Amino acid sequence: MAQAKKTQVSMKVNGVEVEGLVEPRTLLVHFIRENLQLTGTHIGCETTHCGACTVDMDGMSVKSCTVFAVQADGAEITTIEGMASPDGTLSALQEGFRMMHGLQCGFCTPGMIVRAHRLLQENPDPTEEEIRLGISGNLCRCTGYQNIVKAIRYAAAKINGTEFKEAAE
Amino acid sequence: MIPGPFTYHRPGSVADAVKLLADFGDAARPLAGGHSLVPMMKLRLATPDHLVDLHDIADLKGIERQGGRIVIGAMTTQHDLLASQEIASSLPILHEAALQIADPQVRYRGTLGGNVANGDPGNDMPALMMTLGADYELQGPDGIRTIAARDFYQGAYFTALEPGEILTSVSVPVPPAGHGHAYEKLKRKVGDYATAAAAVVLTMDGGKVASCSIGLTNLSETPLLAEDAAQAVIGTSLDEAALKKAADAARAIMEPAGDGRGPAEYRTYVGGVMVVRALKRAAARVA
Repeated sequence: MAQAKKTQVSMKVNGVEVEGLVEPRTLLVHFIRENLQLTGTHIGCETTHCGACTVDMDGMSVKSCTVFAVQADGAEITTIEGMASPDGTLSALQEGFRMMHGLQCGFCTPGMIVRAHRLLQENPDPTEEEIRLGISGNLCRCTGYQNIVKAIRYAAAKINGTEFKEAAE
Repeated sequence: MIPGPFTYHRPGSVADAVKLLADFGDAARPLAGGHSLVPMMKLRLATPDHLVDLHDIADLKGIERQGGRIVIGAMTTQHDLLASQEIASSLPILHEAALQIADPQVRYRGTLGGNVANGDPGNDMPALMMTLGADYELQGPDGIRTIAARDFYQGAYFTALEPGEILTSVSVPVPPAGHGHAYEKLKRKVGDYATAAAAVVLTMDGGKVASCSIGLTNLSETPLLAEDAAQAVIGTSLDEAALKKAADAARAIMEPAGDGRGPAEYRTYVGGVMVVRALKRAAARVA
């Protein structure tokens, strides 16, 4: 068939209204990385398994390699670049990943943090098991997940103003 | 991986969606959650010229009690099912199964309608719908019709859906209060399709099984209703002999493919194990 017509899309990304002209087949992750130059969102497996491309879309964690940019028209998107305060202060999760060594190579980290952000919105005080199930759509090949779980527990404690105990109960 | 080019449509009503699908015929595909179709498009195993996105059709969403049935709109996501108090209390087996589908991100997007209409033998909901005796409502150019889930599946990716038709809702009869239920799914890892899975819904009376239905996932080209296996336990106290008879009867109808999840013999063997485990767990839950 002939080249598909480009479509105008607009959405709010990290609080900023953005727009662009895309082919319908343009994946959301490509729009974010290439049109918006927000390269914190990673492309890992490209097959909806690894979760590296996770972004928050209208209050849901989605794998942006499996959503078309045209489907996000009018949506509110948060990426890893939207996690810290505008003055650069790290979010509780970012601080947790830093303090608890929640990363080694760092490739999965943007997706992990964006996913954990939504998890803590829905369940502010998750058990270790709930954390593990909550991040089960995000693969990490370095850490064995131990320190990622710790980092999320650290963040939950900080947000809730409770004491963080290093050993899981 | 980039899908082939297509024209994107976002109709606001079922009638408009049906018209688009009928007009474009084989060149068009409906798009629900997209978590089966979009990966296929990226691999160029699917190259539709037109995608008809169903997300703007409000009529296709929602969970509603209608007398003795729960009617679930096709675009209701697995996440919506998990968040629903009605599902948790009336159809707890759906809650249990939805939690075993893929991962949180996929469950935010993946829909019940897509899961049951796709015809992929690996999908979990079809066997559940057969077990529960659900009906599907289909809408096409010639109007609306209802078909039993038990009559819907004809082969791998081959269903009773006619060209231009979409599945609009699923109607599930609510099992009796105090029924026992279980969905036992063996899988290699989170997000994987079942190596073998079994769904059981049963009722007990005086320590004996009064009614039972059993469904099987990914153990043939279509989901299976294991009627002989269910019959084998009715009237029994689920003693070892009855459980063995049920497992053997279920295995007799399984025809799994040998694949990365194991050879056919292995998958058939563990399929029987899933039936036994599901029966025991369902019985233990009878209130």
